[in-house]
Amino acid sequence: MKEDAVLVKDFRKNYSDFVAVDGITFEVHRGEIFGLLGPNGAGKTTTLESLEGLRHPSSGTLSILGVNPVKQPKRLRGLIGVQLQSCGLPASMTPREAMEFFCAYHRVAPRVDLLDRLGLMEKKNTQFSALSTGQQRRLSLALAIAHDPPVVLLDEPTAGLDVGSRVELHEVMRELQANGTTIILATHDMAEAEKMADRVAILLKGKIAATGSPAQLTASGNGLVKVSVSSEKASLAQVGNYFPAVSQQIVKNEYVVYYSRDAGATVPAILDCLKANDDHLVDLRVERPSLEDRFIEITRTDPSNGGRS
Amino acid sequence: MTAFAHHFLYDFRTGLRDKSLLMMNYLFPIGFYVLMGLLMTGINPGFTPTMIPAMILVAVMACTLLGLPNPVVEAREAGILRSFKINGVPALSIITIPVLSSLVHILLVSALIAFTAGPFFKAGIPDDWGTFVLILILTIFTMASLGILIGVVSPNSRAIVLFTQSIFLPSMILGGLMLPTSLLPAALYRISLLLPTTHAMNAWRGLAFGLPTPYDPRWGVLILLSSGLIAFALAGYLFSWDNKNRRKGRSPYLALLALVPYVLAAIFLAE
Repeated sequence: MKEDAVLVKDFRKNYSDFVAVDGITFEVHRGEIFGLLGPNGAGKTTTLESLEGLRHPSSGTLSILGVNPVKQPKRLRGLIGVQLQSCGLPASMTPREAMEFFCAYHRVAPRVDLLDRLGLMEKKNTQFSALSTGQQRRLSLALAIAHDPPVVLLDEPTAGLDVGSRVELHEVMRELQANGTTIILATHDMAEAEKMADRVAILLKGKIAATGSPAQLTASGNGLVKVSVSSEKASLAQVGNYFPAVSQQIVKNEYVVYYSRDAGATVPAILDCLKANDDHLVDLRVERPSLEDRFIEITRTDPSNGGRS
Repeated sequence: MTAFAHHFLYDFRTGLRDKSLLMMNYLFPIGFYVLMGLLMTGINPGFTPTMIPAMILVAVMACTLLGLPNPVVEAREAGILRSFKINGVPALSIITIPVLSSLVHILLVSALIAFTAGPFFKAGIPDDWGTFVLILILTIFTMASLGILIGVVSPNSRAIVLFTQSIFLPSMILGGLMLPTSLLPAALYRISLLLPTTHAMNAWRGLAFGLPTPYDPRWGVLILLSSGLIAFALAGYLFSWDNKNRRKGRSPYLALLALVPYVLAAIFLAE
């Protein structure tokens, strides 16, 4: 059985009458990348900030490597590395100064090599306010891992990053994991979570709606196959069609996406419909549902969300 | 180098490269000093004996009351303080280091004023330089503590303007900088005793320049010291890392306690 690095038990956080997190329980194993997913306002950031000791839980227990974030804040500092959603550095501070400054407080030598690794060496003497969003986030990551913490908490780490920076950051995360670092990753990006996380928890309105590995979550869905169709005249989007075995239909960009219990019955019917409307097929994909599909399914069937399905 | 030293050096450098802080720390007080030296010494010859402490007080107020609160509020609003907390920066460093770096900035400007005002503007020179410097350090500590306290309790930048100007403007007019407070009408004199500059000027006049004062200048020292200590302690007590996590039972109105020494002065020293 794997040892737990992070424990969250019956954690609840209220802001006056508003319940931001409503009694959630989960654990993160050592060396695991754990994804915390959910729409805006689901409670991801509140959970992370409580683990970081920035907020006091209203009730419940939080622990990182046996340390209580509220009662033992000094011990916590050496155990965690944090990339906040908002980077939070003084406007005039340069990456080099920031590295020296925070490493001095962590009592470790400045990790200038991390600035190099994350492509910030040319900007090491540029003031923080003059860095691009991507550079600011890369600096934030470099500072979070500079003291080699055993647990790293990342809040939307790839938001605003270009593809190259995103790939680089994912490589860094994999290296950290290979060295035994535990990572909690709060993200909106389902593809990122599916690619990077060993396990995920989907938060909805302060509660955990589903938890497990991405493969388990997608398999535990309603077993629907995703049929995405794009046509020249987009006639499928305009006409309300009801195809065999289809339980849900959404329009996404130039595609109409059908969730079907039996693609063998659905696809010929779609092709017949296109022919009847004198439309021509541009693209047709039949896929197993992704984590994003499962996420949409969960959020749409959530009773507190109006039970849309 | 220790974390504290890194933090101090960074904060000191910020006071030079941040344009608004450079203005408050150096450009405004030096420009004002030159202007007053050229104009005021001609208009009011009675200004010259205390020109040095008066111009240094302008530098102290600009650097502390006008310069210190805003960075505290901005750092809190921008999440910088949260980032500091996560990385183990203690709250004590956050309120102590700006006080120390202000001290260095003001000492540099003060040295410039003290060594040029005599030769260029025939300003009066202190009889006792040691006492002069001690009162200067005490005044910087008190004003910087008040500045940090204002930053800690102000919810936003607009509130800072209100609080700082309610001290800065009356101090410029009534605080003994332009003319001795003993020349003020009784009602205004009582109001002047509510201002830190009045007590700093009287302490300098009586203890460093050997000039007459309306009350024992040692009271001025005691009032500045007690106010500075109360303000600094309250800044630590009321400090919060972000706007969402103000500690229960720690009302910002407690900051008014820092004014108690001045109220007592207005009650007991006005006679």
